[in-house]
Amino acid sequence: MAALNQPTKVEKTPKKKTIFQGSAREDSPFKRFWIHVGLIIACIFTVYPILRILSVALRPGDRLLSTNLALIPPDATLEAFRIVLFDKPFLQWIWNSLAITMSTALIGVILAATSAYAFSRWKFPGRSLGLIFLLGTQMIPAAMLMIPIYILAIKLGLVGTFRGLVIAYCVTSVPFSIWILKGYYDTIPIDLEEAARIDGCSQLQAFWRILLPLSTPSLAIVFLFNFTFAWNDYLLARVMLGSQEQLLVWPLGLQRMVGQFQTQWGQFSAASILVAIPVMALFLYSAKWLISGLTLGSVKG
Amino acid sequence: MIDGPTVLKSLQEVGMTVLVIFIGTAILETILYLILVRALHYRFALPFMLIAPAVLGLVALVVIPLAWELWISMTNMSLKHFKVPEFIGLTNYVKVFTQPVLKSVTFLPLFLRTILWTFVNISFHVLGGLGLALLLNRKMRGRAIYRTLLVLPWAVPQVIAVLAWRNEFHYEFGFINLMLRDLGIAPIAWLTTPVPNFIAMCITNIWLGIPFMMIILLGGLQSINDEYYEAAQMDGANAWQQFKSITMPLIAPVMTPAIILGTVWTFNNFNIPFFINQNEIESSDILVTALFRASFQYNRYGFSAAFAFVIFILLLVYTIFYLKRSGTLKGAV
Repeated sequence: MAALNQPTKVEKTPKKKTIFQGSAREDSPFKRFWIHVGLIIACIFTVYPILRILSVALRPGDRLLSTNLALIPPDATLEAFRIVLFDKPFLQWIWNSLAITMSTALIGVILAATSAYAFSRWKFPGRSLGLIFLLGTQMIPAAMLMIPIYILAIKLGLVGTFRGLVIAYCVTSVPFSIWILKGYYDTIPIDLEEAARIDGCSQLQAFWRILLPLSTPSLAIVFLFNFTFAWNDYLLARVMLGSQEQLLVWPLGLQRMVGQFQTQWGQFSAASILVAIPVMALFLYSAKWLISGLTLGSVKG
Repeated sequence: MIDGPTVLKSLQEVGMTVLVIFIGTAILETILYLILVRALHYRFALPFMLIAPAVLGLVALVVIPLAWELWISMTNMSLKHFKVPEFIGLTNYVKVFTQPVLKSVTFLPLFLRTILWTFVNISFHVLGGLGLALLLNRKMRGRAIYRTLLVLPWAVPQVIAVLAWRNEFHYEFGFINLMLRDLGIAPIAWLTTPVPNFIAMCITNIWLGIPFMMIILLGGLQSINDEYYEAAQMDGANAWQQFKSITMPLIAPVMTPAIILGTVWTFNNFNIPFFINQNEIESSDILVTALFRASFQYNRYGFSAAFAFVIFILLLVYTIFYLKRSGTLKGAV
C-alpha cells in the first residue's frame, strides 16, 4: 500500500536484515537502566492480574474471600482443581468446545482456501463487489445478526442443539480468512501454476499440488483464527444453545460459575487456568506467524 | 467429570452436522458442474464452483438474516407481536432517535459514550503499544522474556480475562481496592457506580488491547532500515526529530490499518462492557451492549433491528471514509 509512497531507497535495500535494526544506536548504561525499569513495571502490570487468577485458584475453599494480597497463599491447595476436574461437568464443556471448534475450523479453512483461490486467480464478474461485501461483513456488530439468526434458528428447530452452532461457526470467520489468504496467494507468482499446467496438471491439480503446499503458513494462521474465534465465542453460543446442561461449551459453563448470586470464585479460577494454559501455549507458539499474516496484506497491499 | 454417553452424544451431533454439510456441498457442486460446465461451457465455471459453498454459507448466515432484519426493522415485532408482526414503515427508525433505547438512556448519549469509549481505548492502545515497542526495539538483555510477558494479555481467552477482571473490581476482595486501602485511599465501588464502572471497563480493555498494538508496531519498527537513523545522526538530528521524521512516517503503513481495525473492534466490543457491567448500569452501556439488551432482555425485536442498522451504517461510513483516505482498497480490489 503506502510502501510505494516511500522514497525508492526503501525497496532497494534487500541487504541481509539483522533482527535488531535499532542496534546501531548504542544506549548509554544510564539510559539502559531506565529502559529496564520501564519494561519491568509494564510487565508487572500485565502479569499480576494473570497471577492473581492462579493465586485465587490455590486458596482453600473456606478462605476464598480473602483480603490477602500474597500471590501464593500460605495454605495453598489444589482442591479447586480437583473439584473442577472430577465433580463438575468441566471436562464435558471442554470436550463439547473442542469437538465443535476443531471441525468448524477445518471446514472454515477449506471454504476460505478454495474461495480465495478463485478471488486471487480469476477476474470473474462480481469479483470486486464480492471482495467489498466480504470487507463490509466485518463492520456488522455481532449482536446485530443475533435477532434474525435466533428467530431463524427457532423456526428451523436448531436452538438447543449443536447443529446451528456448527453451521454458523463454519461461516463466521470465512470473510476475514478469504482476505488473508487472497493476500497471500497474490504474492505467489502465477508462473508456478502455469508451468505445472504445461506439464499436464489440471487447474485444480495445480492449486492442490503447487499453491496449497506453498501457502501452509497462511493456512495455519487462518486455521488458528477460525479456531480461536469459535473457541472464545460467547455470544453466538449463548443465543444458540440456550440453557441445556449437557450442551454447554466452556465459556457458557464458566460464566455460569460466576453467576450473579453465588460466585464459586476458586473453582472459576481453577477452570480458567485449565482452559487458558493450552490456548496461551498455542498462541505464543504461533504468535510470529499470526502477526506476519496480519500485517502482510497491509504492507504489501 | 465426563462419561461415555454424553461424549458420544456431542460427537454424534457434531459429526452428523459435518456430514450434512459435506453432502450438501457435493450436491451443490454437481448441480453447478452440470449447469455451468456441461450445459453452458461457461468461461468462469471453475471460480464460481470454487466460491459456491462459501457464498451459500454467507447467504444463509449473513445475507438472509440481514434482509430479514431489514424487514423486521419496519415491523412492530416484539415478544407480544411475535407471530403476526405488523408493518409500520420507518416508525422504528424515528423511535431510535426519539425514544429511550433501554429504560431511560437515549441514542445520543449512548453514541457519544461509545465514541468516548473508542477514543480513550484506542489512544491508550496506540500510546502504550508504541511506547513499549520503542523500548523493545533495541539490542538488550532479556528482550525475548519481556516480549513474551508483555504479550500475555492478548493470549488469555477474552471471556476469562474479563470475568477475572470483574472479580478483581469487587468492592471488598478485589486486588485493586485492597491496594488502594493499603495506600490509604478510600475503596471505590467499581461495579455499582456509573463513572468508576466506565473507568473499570476502560482499564480492562486497555490492558487487553495494548499487546496487539505493541506487536504490530514492533513489526513495523523492525522493518525500518538503520541507515536512515545513521544518516540523520550525521546531520545532527536529535532523538525527537528522528522519531518525528523517520519513525512515524515509516510505521504509518502498518499503524493506519491497525488503528482502523482496532477502532472497529473496540466500537463493536461486546464482552468487556457486557461482563464488567453486570449490574446493568445504563450509563455504562455502549451501542452494541444496548443493542443486545434491547433485543434479548427487552425483547423489542423490531426496534432493535432498526437500532442495529443505524449502528451498522455509522461504522460503514467511518470505514469507507478511512479506506478512501488511506487508499487501502485500491491495491487490494
